[in-house]
Amino acid sequence: MNDVVIDRSQSGKWLDVWTQFKKHKGALVGSMVFILITLTVIAGPFFWIFEANEINIRQRNEGPSWLHPLGTDQLGRDTFARMIAGGQTSITVGLAAMALSILLGSCIGVIAGYYRRLDGMLMRLTDLFLSLPLLPLLLVMMLLFREPLSEAYGPERGMFVLIVCAIGITSWMPTARIVRGDVLALKEREFILAARSIGTTDTKIILRHILPNVISPILVSATLGIANAIITESALSFLGLGFPPDFPTWGRLLNDAVEYLTLYPERVFWPGLAISLTVLSVNYVGDGIRDALDPRIRGR
Amino acid sequence: MLNFVMRRTLISIPTLLFISLIIFLLLNLAPNDPMAQVPLTVPPEVKEKMREALGLGQPLYIQFFKWLVQFFWIEPQVFFDHMFGTSFSEDKLRVISWQTRSPVMDMIIQRMPQTLWVVGMSYIVGILIALPIGIYSAYRHYSVFDQAGTFVTMIGYSIPPFFTGPLVIVIFAVQLGWLPSTYDTVLRVVDWDTFVTQLRQMVLPVMVLALQTTAQISRYMRASMLDNLSQDYVRTARAKGLSEWTVVAIHVLRNSMIPVVTVIALNLPAIFGGAIITEQIFKVNGIGQQLIGAIYANDLPTVQTLTFMFAVLIVFFNLIADILYGVLDPRIRYE
Repeated sequence: MNDVVIDRSQSGKWLDVWTQFKKHKGALVGSMVFILITLTVIAGPFFWIFEANEINIRQRNEGPSWLHPLGTDQLGRDTFARMIAGGQTSITVGLAAMALSILLGSCIGVIAGYYRRLDGMLMRLTDLFLSLPLLPLLLVMMLLFREPLSEAYGPERGMFVLIVCAIGITSWMPTARIVRGDVLALKEREFILAARSIGTTDTKIILRHILPNVISPILVSATLGIANAIITESALSFLGLGFPPDFPTWGRLLNDAVEYLTLYPERVFWPGLAISLTVLSVNYVGDGIRDALDPRIRGR
Repeated sequence: MLNFVMRRTLISIPTLLFISLIIFLLLNLAPNDPMAQVPLTVPPEVKEKMREALGLGQPLYIQFFKWLVQFFWIEPQVFFDHMFGTSFSEDKLRVISWQTRSPVMDMIIQRMPQTLWVVGMSYIVGILIALPIGIYSAYRHYSVFDQAGTFVTMIGYSIPPFFTGPLVIVIFAVQLGWLPSTYDTVLRVVDWDTFVTQLRQMVLPVMVLALQTTAQISRYMRASMLDNLSQDYVRTARAKGLSEWTVVAIHVLRNSMIPVVTVIALNLPAIFGGAIITEQIFKVNGIGQQLIGAIYANDLPTVQTLTFMFAVLIVFFNLIADILYGVLDPRIRYE
């Protein structure tokens, strides 16, 4: 009995978290599905014989076959290859936008929670951003900055920068609020006082003592942020205001498929399924992480 | 209470002004030329005159101030005139669309009913489905029903409307042929048959939007019920021998509705935003589709007005939610 206790204290918090995470069936399945999708998307192009933009007009509009397991589109491009290419874009955009949004959110949250002078102003700013109509504003940003950025970085990379920045700038607010709340509570604790009394600078206190303690809400926001970013990017592409038409993303493929809805209704299915499955699995992972990091639930 | 409402209302005025400034600056500072569509044969000095005619020659702060006057002073006058037949707004310049050269507000008024019908109906349907699901899954916590409810909610969260939309079109309009896939806006409801047609064409968009609402509201309802079910007053109510129905439906439900009602108010603007996509899928010509059309056509006054209307909706419903919270929960009122 005694051994077990020592063992647990040595193994630390993260093993406990992992043990609790494993108990959440949905989260476990979710993380496996997400890893599987990511691996397929990364490794796919090395194994798959077709290129995403390889046009073969003689094989257009084919149904599923051994050669084209998901069929071909109106230009004879292999749907599976396009799904892989689309997934690369969608998941990269999701991860990059999430990283930006988490970075902004935790910086603003930590600063607002730690420095009382800036708190009021930063939280007003957060409230203002929360009152902005996000989807219309995103659409407007796409409209206005598409061409200058395309000229500066090329059509695909310009669009990538624009979408990632736009999603990042419009989705940091929940993270900032949660982080600020946690920092406010942490700041009054004795270990911060102790750190300050031995002359630790503010930067060091934030980096060494505060950030490691607010990592759990940040992790949860990060997983939910991926889901949000993927959905937003697909929505923009679906409305035709995302990446250029020949550059596949899941939202773009869905948009293309909707045009052929009456003739080939099955084409809608694959990109939609990919988006939904990714988002669903990420949401379940977020749910699991939240439960695993909550000390009131963990260990029960 | 009046004091609380007044203070809360006054706070939202600077918020609105600030949002209008952000939207205005975003649209006006962006590298974008409204003369881009004008043929190259038009000489530059004529182009300059056209630019001035659109009000673009003046400094930014004057443009902003004039836009504010148009939106908050002249447009309400037009509305007042329309209602009461007065003539306050005669000869005053309204916000004009670059696309159709007609006042933007008139077009919004024409398109508003379609959006309100679809969005409003879907919200009501969503709430009506969500509340019983939330209540029952909290009451039977960890039961099969609760697990299934959680799963369905997760799906509602995760499947975006631009997938459920085409999916229900494929199933109900293409394969089964039960319902129309597009929304016919010229339809006038005059008798029973047209009423049935109207209902039939509303089913699919309402279903798609209601799924989202249901997922969110039922989550909140369940969490709020769970919080209250473990409180001491519930044990007291049971201990004094009240029937289970009275305990759950009167004591617990009334208390757990407080946060849910505010969430219902808070989420309404988001539904309007989500309706942009749904309107696009089902070809409902509401304000969401108007926004998309204006964006494609580079029609900045329309885009500006519509975006700002969405912002007004958000601020207004935030206000409503705050006041409702104060009304329903006396502990909040005096902070």
